[in-house]
Amino acid sequence: MKKFINQVENVEQEMLEGIAKAHPGHLKRLPGYDVLVRAEKKTDKVALVSGGGSGHEPAHGGFVGKGMLDAAVAGAVFTSPTPDQIEAAIREVATPAGVLLIIKNYTGDVMNFEMAAEMAAMDGIPCAQVITNDDVAVQDSLYTTGRRGVAGTIFVHKIAGARAEQGASLEEVQAVAEKVIANVRTMGAAITPCTVPAAGKPGFELPEDEMEVGIGIHGEPGTHREKLAPADAIVDHLLEKILADIDYSGSEVAVLINGSGATPLMELYIINNHVADVLAARGIRVYKTLVGNYMTSIEMAGFSISLLRLDEELKALLDAPADTPAYKS
Amino acid sequence: MITTAQAIRIIEEMASIIQQNKDYLTELDMPIGDSDHGINLARGFQAVTTKLPALADKDMGTILKTVGMTLVSTVGGASGPLYGTAFMRASMKVPGKAEVDMVDFMAMLEAAIDGVKIRGKSIPGEKTMLDAMVPAMEALRAAEGQSPAQMLAAAHAAAQVGVEKTKAMVATKGRASYLGERSIGHQDPGATSFTLLLGVVASAVQEG
Repeated sequence: MKKFINQVENVEQEMLEGIAKAHPGHLKRLPGYDVLVRAEKKTDKVALVSGGGSGHEPAHGGFVGKGMLDAAVAGAVFTSPTPDQIEAAIREVATPAGVLLIIKNYTGDVMNFEMAAEMAAMDGIPCAQVITNDDVAVQDSLYTTGRRGVAGTIFVHKIAGARAEQGASLEEVQAVAEKVIANVRTMGAAITPCTVPAAGKPGFELPEDEMEVGIGIHGEPGTHREKLAPADAIVDHLLEKILADIDYSGSEVAVLINGSGATPLMELYIINNHVADVLAARGIRVYKTLVGNYMTSIEMAGFSISLLRLDEELKALLDAPADTPAYKS
Repeated sequence: MITTAQAIRIIEEMASIIQQNKDYLTELDMPIGDSDHGINLARGFQAVTTKLPALADKDMGTILKTVGMTLVSTVGGASGPLYGTAFMRASMKVPGKAEVDMVDFMAMLEAAIDGVKIRGKSIPGEKTMLDAMVPAMEALRAAEGQSPAQMLAAAHAAAQVGVEKTKAMVATKGRASYLGERSIGHQDPGATSFTLLLGVVASAVQEG
């Protein structure tokens, strides 16, 4: 393992301190907790709390700020944060308007956030939750825990955050978050693995000429492995799965080409070039495109494509002001 | 049957058996999970042992609740909330008690099972810890009237059979569920760790 770190056990703490020192205008660390909160607490709106394991930077701390999250909770690398940490975040940012938890659909995340919500409810803090599940690579059937929540979650942070900033009620913010979840789909692929610092070795091995298709944001297996193909062919395959899942025809969409950590922007733009062409050929209008590292998997070389089907309400909320370390509009 | 002083010794013994089996549990988790069951559980029980000295004069409910809350806040992943919930639910059946008998123990295990079912939105047969817990509970009921040692030995044996049966099951909960039929053939780590913990109780009461 070759990384710019000090001690393996200090990775999460030193990273959180580094984020707080880099962005004092946006956020601060909640003393004693692995939680980043907005620099200036908002008291007159629904508060948004999200989080998950570390290793997905800039998610989730990078989206704390005006128009997006009020708090982000960081667990150990690729491990859900614990309920006491999440509850501390909820208590810190809670307002009379209530708290919305944005959870990615992974068993550990869901259990820990739900326990935290129950603890907060016992203290009289009204909490609602939404669970993102945008990954079309995983079958949603009776036989699985359901689809994974991956990079499309960023759109939930942005749009629910904008609705909360407008002063909407907890029910209204939750409803628009659910609307985003119903309309966003994602699928990814990777060509190199990532190494969790505490594990010291890569989570999987991939031959030089192969790729993992449908990979999750922890480097967990996707749908299958195949020989590495030209970027356009990979894009065709991923888009085919995404476009087959919900009907995008005639719609306007927001596109997120998300890097997994070690994919150069050059390659992400090459991917976007073909995504835009395919969508144009299908009569799907691109309203907004995001290209970059939003939800990473440490140093994995990979990417995902997310498509959010838009209506007038979602377009307006997507355009609403946001000012966070990793997302500005 | 089990006094608070014995309970604290049992919990210490649980921590040590998890530590001894840390690598084994993690290896079981490798092909079907995310290779951290032993690491996470060992970290949690290590934290539990640091809390035990302060619990020496506390009642059974407080001891078990502290164990549960400590596991919840230190284990992480899915097993933290599941084991934490199990101990916390069990604690609610014995508030203020200085000693528990077999009737209490059965109520505790039943409450723990209900907690795990609700927290994990799971039922037996899905290749989870419930596939050891529920057979253990059934064996206790079937052995009612026998001595505590006999009942617990029967429960432990039933849990071991349950673990063995998880090999043939398709996982439908947790990360293993994404593997579908590829999860067949692998033994469930959670059912295994529960059986180790129950074994500690069974041998403690055997000796007593």
